[in-house]
Amino acid sequence: MTTREWLEDRLGLAAIREVAGHKTVPVHSATHWYYFGGITLFLFGVQMMTGILLLFYYRPTVAEGFESVKFIMTRVEFGWLIRSIHSWSANLMIFMAFVHMFSVVFTHAYRPPRELTWASGIALLALLLVFGFSGYLLPWNQIAYFATKVGTDVAASTPLIGPTLGRLLRGGEDVGAATLTRFFALHVMVLPLATVGLVFLHVLLVQKNGMSTPPKLDPKTVRSMPFFPNFFLRELMVWYGALAVLGALAAIFPWELGEKADPFSSAPVGIRPEWYFLAEFYTLKLIPGHVGPIEGELLGLLGFALLGAGWALLPVWGVTKSGQARTRLTTGAGIFLIVYLAVFSVLGYYK
Amino acid sequence: MRRLTLLFALVTASVWAQAPAKPQASTTQAAHAPDDTCTQCHSAMEGAIQQPALLIKDDVHTTAGLSCANCHGGDATAVEPDVSMSKAKGFIGKPKRADIPALCGKCHSDPGYMRRYRPQQRVDQLELYKTSIHGKKLASGDMNAATCVDCHSVHNIRAVKDANSPTHPLNIPATCGKCHSDAAKMKQYGIPTNQVDEYHTSVHWNAISKKGDLSAPNCVSCHGNHGAKPPDVESVSAVCGSCHVLFAQLYEKSVHQPIFGGGNGKGGCTVCHSNHAIHQPSTAMLTGDKAVCTPCHEAGTPGGNAAAEFAKGLNGLDAALKTSEATLKQAEYYGMEVSASQLEWNDGHESLIKARLALHSFDTAKVKKEVDIGLAIAARTKAAAEDALREKDQRRKGLALSALFIAITVAAIALVIRRLERTA
Amino acid sequence: MASNDCEGKCPDCPNGGTHENEGRRTILSWIAGGGALASVATFLYPVLKFINPPAVTEAAVNEASGGKVGDLKANSGKIIKFGNKPALLVKVAEGEFKAFSAVCTHLNCTVQYRDTTRQIWCACHNGTYDMSGRVVGGPPPAPLEEYTVNLRGDEVVITKKA
Repeated sequence: MTTREWLEDRLGLAAIREVAGHKTVPVHSATHWYYFGGITLFLFGVQMMTGILLLFYYRPTVAEGFESVKFIMTRVEFGWLIRSIHSWSANLMIFMAFVHMFSVVFTHAYRPPRELTWASGIALLALLLVFGFSGYLLPWNQIAYFATKVGTDVAASTPLIGPTLGRLLRGGEDVGAATLTRFFALHVMVLPLATVGLVFLHVLLVQKNGMSTPPKLDPKTVRSMPFFPNFFLRELMVWYGALAVLGALAAIFPWELGEKADPFSSAPVGIRPEWYFLAEFYTLKLIPGHVGPIEGELLGLLGFALLGAGWALLPVWGVTKSGQARTRLTTGAGIFLIVYLAVFSVLGYYK
Repeated sequence: MRRLTLLFALVTASVWAQAPAKPQASTTQAAHAPDDTCTQCHSAMEGAIQQPALLIKDDVHTTAGLSCANCHGGDATAVEPDVSMSKAKGFIGKPKRADIPALCGKCHSDPGYMRRYRPQQRVDQLELYKTSIHGKKLASGDMNAATCVDCHSVHNIRAVKDANSPTHPLNIPATCGKCHSDAAKMKQYGIPTNQVDEYHTSVHWNAISKKGDLSAPNCVSCHGNHGAKPPDVESVSAVCGSCHVLFAQLYEKSVHQPIFGGGNGKGGCTVCHSNHAIHQPSTAMLTGDKAVCTPCHEAGTPGGNAAAEFAKGLNGLDAALKTSEATLKQAEYYGMEVSASQLEWNDGHESLIKARLALHSFDTAKVKKEVDIGLAIAARTKAAAEDALREKDQRRKGLALSALFIAITVAAIALVIRRLERTA
Repeated sequence: MASNDCEGKCPDCPNGGTHENEGRRTILSWIAGGGALASVATFLYPVLKFINPPAVTEAAVNEASGGKVGDLKANSGKIIKFGNKPALLVKVAEGEFKAFSAVCTHLNCTVQYRDTTRQIWCACHNGTYDMSGRVVGGPPPAPLEEYTVNLRGDEVVITKKA
């Protein structure tokens, strides 16, 4: 009995090969957008690996948080590389998730029966944003400290549940030692478990419903290529390329450490959140203190909540009763959202 | 009827009681106003005559158990004004200005008495006062001259350590300025009135008011308090040197000492640093428009050249240290390990401070020695920081190797795909 | 894989691949496999290095070693590195250590211990501190920060007071 047969008997690899062999990927002018989900997944894998490595040395305390990251950066061999890759990969991952989302919008892949795939994707994006927000604080440096202060303040101004939410996030009245351990637990335990679970569901749904084709094309006549090995090898190339880009970014632009957080100092000038929160940050800044009887910030948050809910429900309002995509409406909404995010992020960065 | 009896009892008691010029130390420390007939009647009055009775509760003497009668005489237990404020009871009313120092001195110059309250307090204030300009003027009949109460306030006299006291370090300049900034009052003496304004621009006032360092000098630190008098010009360097010890030592041995101090009456340290408006020294004092050297040492003369050399050395070291510090900060910012160099940088900074100190010897060799030590440290630490930054960039080499392998793999996969699909 | 009687066509190769093709494909697989292996090695190398504990095993910034107990004579002091700032360790008497921040509170010069006066002295402006860090003379506006000294076996360890 060869090894292959031995394994075959026990694992039933033939069945898996059978499924993989039948899976096809449609080939058309928008095929390249199919890669972005895979890149996001790959970068998530990189995050898991580098995150685990960082856990070897990181200590989630106010006294040692900054010092342990500094230790990783200065004393541990290749510590600078691992940390820089973790930081860069996090940002690229969120960017790729956005690209993936918009590609789904513009190719109208949210149409039935893929409503749940879309909703789980939006949930994953939300998880990634919380990942970013919680991970930002962990090095316990000045900018992260104050950005977290602002961020949790915004959360605390939510109507009704705000104060409770604020306390829950910070683990107390203010950003401090309790916040750090909380964010740490969130970042290394809660979020990874939730994300892995959701990713599993998301990929299962893609597997179940197959790859979507743009509405203009007839899925029966469109050309296709086998997923394995043709598409898989291509995806592999892209992943390898992403790895090279990550390495280059980490080596040429190492993620800076900044200065240790000093809760008693005044907030440093030009304090701003991570780029993926800039648009929201700037919008909140623009809304006047009071709009009619409602508080401005509250109105902004309410708006974001409605916008987020509306966006998650895209398969509901973006699709006709017969299951056809309202392409003009959704494409318009997608373009509007991109323009809004781009313009407000740039404004938020420079103002 | 009961009230009459009480009155009778009080009057009798007052006859018995000798109005003590010096009361016994009370065992209880009264934090409130003394409950005697003086404050009882006066606090019920209106206007100026009421004020002492209201102020007295804040007076340090009240805390010690003393009361109005201890200064003003009279009988604090008698209800009838004729009795309580009778000459027979030693009542002196409002003391004449000329008598105030002696009145205070009655207790404050008596070591035996003061020992019971403040054993560590000096008892020579009156003697010192007599030697002061204020005391001499008063003795000569000038009633404008400051007496005890002009500085210490009256009826609400507070301890020096009390932040509300006019003699607290934070309040002293204003207290002196009450008279010395008053042009009308000072006119007859022909002295300037800008001292307090000038002092408020000085490093010393900055140390007191901004940094909260109450040990920094105020008016009385240089002029004396009870024996207030401008320091003699020959004693200026000794006065400044009581804090700036090492500067004074160098200056005393320098070429400038015989010229600025001693019999020439130029005012020692103040020649360059001014007296009241003592500002943060800088190399602008050495060369340029605001240089203090140029009035005597024109550029091109040996003295002018020395000044230029001092400035060049100090500025050069300062600039080198700043560059080195910034480079180290940058390296640290990128997470490079430069703490050993940062530690060494401190020594360079110390050299700069020592070079500034050495300047007061006015010896170019001494300054150059410190500057050279500092420059060497600045250069070393900067080089170390640059090495660290270069190492940060060096990391690209490893990346290149990895990228090469990635490129080979990607290219091979691309070919595999092409072949796969061509044959398909 | 190669068969001797396939007459130009290889039954193992789908769609009539030739031996020539077969050979190229093998080379290609070798390159792809080799490249992948080599690149994975370049990923694994830093990871293994990362896991390997560094020479300095502690991210200690609140602690510094003051050397061996016997290194210092009684009534003498020495400057030690405490993070990126100097600290002054003084052996006041046999078995009695004291430690302070060696940064003078006046203008950040490094202070030193003077055995003749048994005081801490700053050479820059003649600031003096007593052995509890209090200013006893000169321009320093504030006392020196005192550190805790502990013995760990034969080693003197200085820590910042909480």
